[in-house]
Amino acid sequence: MLRNCFIALAIVLGTAQPLLADTPKVDPQADFKAFREYFTKRFPNVQLNDFVNGPYSMDEGLRKQWKAIEEFPPYEFALERGKELLSKPFKNGKTFADCFPNKGIGIRQNYPYFDTKSGKVITLELAVNQCLEKNGEKQYDYKKDDMAAVTAYMAYTSRGKPMDIKIPDDPRALAAYKKGAEYFYTRRGQLNFSCASCHVQSAGDHIRSEVLAPALGILNAMPIYRSAWGGMGTISRRFTSCNSQVRATPLKPQDELYRDVEYYLSYMANGLPIVGPGARP
Amino acid sequence: MHNRVLIGTAVALSLTGMTTVAVAASADDFKAAYAKAEAASKKSLEMKTQWTTAVAELKAAKKAADAGKYDEAVKLATHAQALANASIEQAKEQEKLWADAVVR
Repeated sequence: MLRNCFIALAIVLGTAQPLLADTPKVDPQADFKAFREYFTKRFPNVQLNDFVNGPYSMDEGLRKQWKAIEEFPPYEFALERGKELLSKPFKNGKTFADCFPNKGIGIRQNYPYFDTKSGKVITLELAVNQCLEKNGEKQYDYKKDDMAAVTAYMAYTSRGKPMDIKIPDDPRALAAYKKGAEYFYTRRGQLNFSCASCHVQSAGDHIRSEVLAPALGILNAMPIYRSAWGGMGTISRRFTSCNSQVRATPLKPQDELYRDVEYYLSYMANGLPIVGPGARP
Repeated sequence: MHNRVLIGTAVALSLTGMTTVAVAASADDFKAAYAKAEAASKKSLEMKTQWTTAVAELKAAKKAADAGKYDEAVKLATHAQALANASIEQAKEQEKLWADAVVR
């Protein structure tokens, strides 16, 4: 009997060990600590909460320009439009307020979240379009215009609130987090760049005239008015354009992998204030 | 005598030229090259690792073929296939390499 137990144990250990060895350990808390330490040690003169200001936290000249721009922020029209859209009744009489907690006010810091019911990461942009669909309305273009306006206003009402992303005790949530990390660090495109190539390894460096924003808190200012775009853009627009810039065919906006990346990056930004909408060169 | 040599050389050169024309790519050559490139590109898209340059080369190959420039079309399609295959290799390599880049 005892002999059989030993044999069974040996079989279990023999099969389990290679599996464990092949699977990189997923430890969001350890990742969070390492990620934060990396940026704070590399940029000791940058205040922790200032990382969310992206290139302006890295370059004094740009910071001065930004301060001047903020006197008449280019995203102001989007804010007005977003406020109007948030309260405007749908054809069925309902509004966005019926789809979101606290009527959509001051909740940006809780997105994305892992929905244990569907087993998927739900971003704010996805939730906005889900709301429209649920109420029989035409969905917004994920990259700009009304989507940027609504999310800009929602971010504005959350300004100063710390990012608060939770990873529930659910293997599917951990898997989504891991897939997000994998996408973030995977090199792609003909230029063979990963997201991390620019926003971790080269943060603060220049690509032509642009200063590369640090990945820490990079989504806290979204959506943004980008001078290079001549308008507002969402997280979906940022991700797809980053892919194109390294000559990789972008995924569809709100592809599961993009949502997972957003989940990973937002978790890394936990505790840092929401400052969206932002303005960028 | 000198003229005869020159004429002979000219005839030989023109025959060589004709030979080149005779082995120029055909529409069928293009179709075969394009099919291979398209298959590789489709696979890279499914793997979410496609390069925009591979798509652009495929498009250019089709355009060249539509204009009857089959030599150019085959060259572009072959290049597109090479780019698509390179993107697939990149994805396979990165399956393990990405973890090395993680901040720890």
